[in-house]
Amino acid sequence: MSPTDISRAKAAVGLTDVSMAFGGKTVLASVTLDIAPGSVVALLGANGAGKSTLIKILSGVHTGHGGQVRVDGRPVALQSPLAARQLGIQTVHQRIGEGIVPGLSVAENLVFEELAQQRGNPFLNGGRLLARAREIQAGLGLDWSDTVLKRDVTELGISDRQLLILARALATRPRLLVLDEPTSALSAAEADRLFALVERMRDDGIAVLYVSHRLGEIDALADRLVVLRDGRLTEDQAKPFDWDAALRAMLAQTQEATTARPVRPDASGDVVVSLRGVRLFEGRAPLDLDLHAGEVTGVVGLLGAGKTELARGLFGAEPFGTGTVALDGKPYEPRRPADAIRAGVHLVPEDRHADALVPGWSVAQNISLPFLRSLSKAGLVQRSREDALGRATIDALGVVTRDEHSTVEELSGGNQQKVVVGRWLAETPRVLILDEPFRGVDIGARRDIGRRARALAAEGAAVLVLSADVDEVLEVADRVVVLAAGEIHLDAYGEDAERDRVIQTISESV
Amino acid sequence: MTTAQSTEVPSKTALPPATGTAVRVQNAVIKYGFIFVTVALFLYFALSEGSFRESATLLDTLRYVSVAAILGLGVTLTMAVGGMDMSVGAVAGLGVSVAAQTMVVFNQVGTVAILAVLAAGALAGLLNALLIVVLKIPDMLATLGTMFVIQGSKLILVDGQSITPGMTMDDGSTAPGKFTSGFLKIDRGTVLGIPISVLIFGGLTIAAWVFLARTRWGRVLYAIGANPEAARLAGIRVGAYRALAYVLSGVLASIGGLILASRIGQGDVSAGTSQLLEAVAVALVGTSVLGRGRPNVWGTALGAVLIGIITTGLTIKGLPYYTQDVVEGAVLILALVFSFTLSKRRTS
Repeated sequence: MSPTDISRAKAAVGLTDVSMAFGGKTVLASVTLDIAPGSVVALLGANGAGKSTLIKILSGVHTGHGGQVRVDGRPVALQSPLAARQLGIQTVHQRIGEGIVPGLSVAENLVFEELAQQRGNPFLNGGRLLARAREIQAGLGLDWSDTVLKRDVTELGISDRQLLILARALATRPRLLVLDEPTSALSAAEADRLFALVERMRDDGIAVLYVSHRLGEIDALADRLVVLRDGRLTEDQAKPFDWDAALRAMLAQTQEATTARPVRPDASGDVVVSLRGVRLFEGRAPLDLDLHAGEVTGVVGLLGAGKTELARGLFGAEPFGTGTVALDGKPYEPRRPADAIRAGVHLVPEDRHADALVPGWSVAQNISLPFLRSLSKAGLVQRSREDALGRATIDALGVVTRDEHSTVEELSGGNQQKVVVGRWLAETPRVLILDEPFRGVDIGARRDIGRRARALAAEGAAVLVLSADVDEVLEVADRVVVLAAGEIHLDAYGEDAERDRVIQTISESV
Repeated sequence: MTTAQSTEVPSKTALPPATGTAVRVQNAVIKYGFIFVTVALFLYFALSEGSFRESATLLDTLRYVSVAAILGLGVTLTMAVGGMDMSVGAVAGLGVSVAAQTMVVFNQVGTVAILAVLAAGALAGLLNALLIVVLKIPDMLATLGTMFVIQGSKLILVDGQSITPGMTMDDGSTAPGKFTSGFLKIDRGTVLGIPISVLIFGGLTIAAWVFLARTRWGRVLYAIGANPEAARLAGIRVGAYRALAYVLSGVLASIGGLILASRIGQGDVSAGTSQLLEAVAVALVGTSVLGRGRPNVWGTALGAVLIGIITTGLTIKGLPYYTQDVVEGAVLILALVFSFTLSKRRTS
């Protein structure tokens, strides 16, 4: 036996020459990868690199792939999600909402999969169910009391839901656990809880395939990293990682691993937005904040810090209860988004699927939606002008799409986000608010969006970027504001907003 | 979904080379299948039954479906905002009673009757809008409620009696008025040989199509139906537009009521009840006719014509009238198979 044969025989799950094509287009080309038990393998790749396809093959969603998948050295057919689970491959998908059944209790959700497959006694027994749920949560050290277990699952916060899904997946003792962007909705502290859990799984001998855009997490957690690009594995490293090489393998065009921090502008421009005595949460101190023309202000904060409240309040989606806001010196009280848009305040909302995109519509139609009035004559939409706007936006932001008539679903996540950002640049805003604009977006798209935001500020607009990711904010912002529980804990420019100081402020404010 | 960029949401049916044509055939079936069936049926009836070929039969068919079609246009508008107006049949029935009341009991001219009917339709639409937009009751339940209320209050209005010209009133006198000849022309008169009700149907179809498919207001209605929160955050006054859809639906239903009143020539208490299901069926058939999978005006109009051709053809073929419901139901289910089963497979 050669050394590779030995490692192959030992792999919990092995892929050999796995390929997949859709409508003649190759999405995965001969991917060979062995994942050893008790190891965390990080999978990196830009949007559209084939990560989703690989995950869907492993979870039994996409059937009909080429090549071979082995579990414990035995070739298997992953014909359905159920088959994949029964073979010991559990997948936790990025959109955790899909795994939660609202209306059922936490305990019922925990044992849901067993419930759904159970043979024998078809009658539910509350006591037995609760006992099993207790067992599962204790096994993972979740520390959930019976009161929590009996609660309706919708009362759980987003991070606890994430842990619930993970616990449910682990209750079946899988051989391979696939985690798809597990921290995309979590704050740093919540993510730490998840990492502790992943490390525990690894120590238990479970193989973990960890898909993430967040390099810091991968650095801390993974034993090995592989990079997927255009459907091929282009990089395979063991710890310690060479990040420069990894990023180059992922995005061939970029040379530097980190972007240069923008420097503080020589002088701050005029105050565009001025908040006085605005209370983001009941019982918290009121907040004063000025946003300047020509500046990108980055607001960093954990989940629940009040970022979304700030963004939606300024946009009139959920008006502030107290305090006053002035826009260019005049009182500004938007009661609904329409008021804000008329005043030139635009918002790129947090969740592009739920709050921005119209499914089934073309790229051009999605872009024109807020400004149909200016594209219409006597109420009739001028299609040639709409298409021209679509093409201009595609060019300005580098949206990768067939043309402006493609439906938004055909685009990758990063390109969908560019469409949403582009929509709000169709008419030049006085104030542009970007709430978590880089969530689930690859680095290439992130830079394109960041560049466009900086260009807008350079033209004299005030730009507000809100994110839980310190690096994302530092990459784009001139000025960094740390928000915690609705109050400002740091407001600094340039060198005063060093990464360590920002992180320290956040951790002290919790 | 079969384009080069579809890496994130690849189409499941798209397998290697040969499928290109298979997918194209399937798409063509979904898109043109219904039109093909309509044309084929038309040719079959036209070739096998001489009387079907006569232009009078064809115009009668269109005249017959015009009420359900116009009601269906209203349903289409409410479906565009993600709702469903179940009260259109009742509103049309209300229109019949209001028309009869205005002309027969209050002895007014046809123009007044028309205005009264349109106002009643708009009011019914406002009531629906109030329940749905302000009181936040789910669309179908709210309009189901108004359907009963409108039907019931119409009965109270006319003391449960059909209003006929020359009938005896409560105080023993004879009803003073009658359906004016002008009013009766709505359904019975023709212009250049085409029944006025068919012209109304055609005109409203074109107007509704321009409104829904070409104007920004129509675009906004569709946006609300597809993603209401995104519409709100794009600066759209969602409540106002949903209310608009229901008011327009009420007005369209009352126009259907005008044609119906003109056709019956009296204030029949049961008028309009059978129109609801036909209108909903026509709008649902319409979502699948052009393979769009969403409510659209041409689809609704074509759906109405298709149902008309089938009903007339089968009647000429000697099928008893009471089989009509089964036939219409079967057409509806076939349409639903087209729009859900087949197109789902195409996109998932």
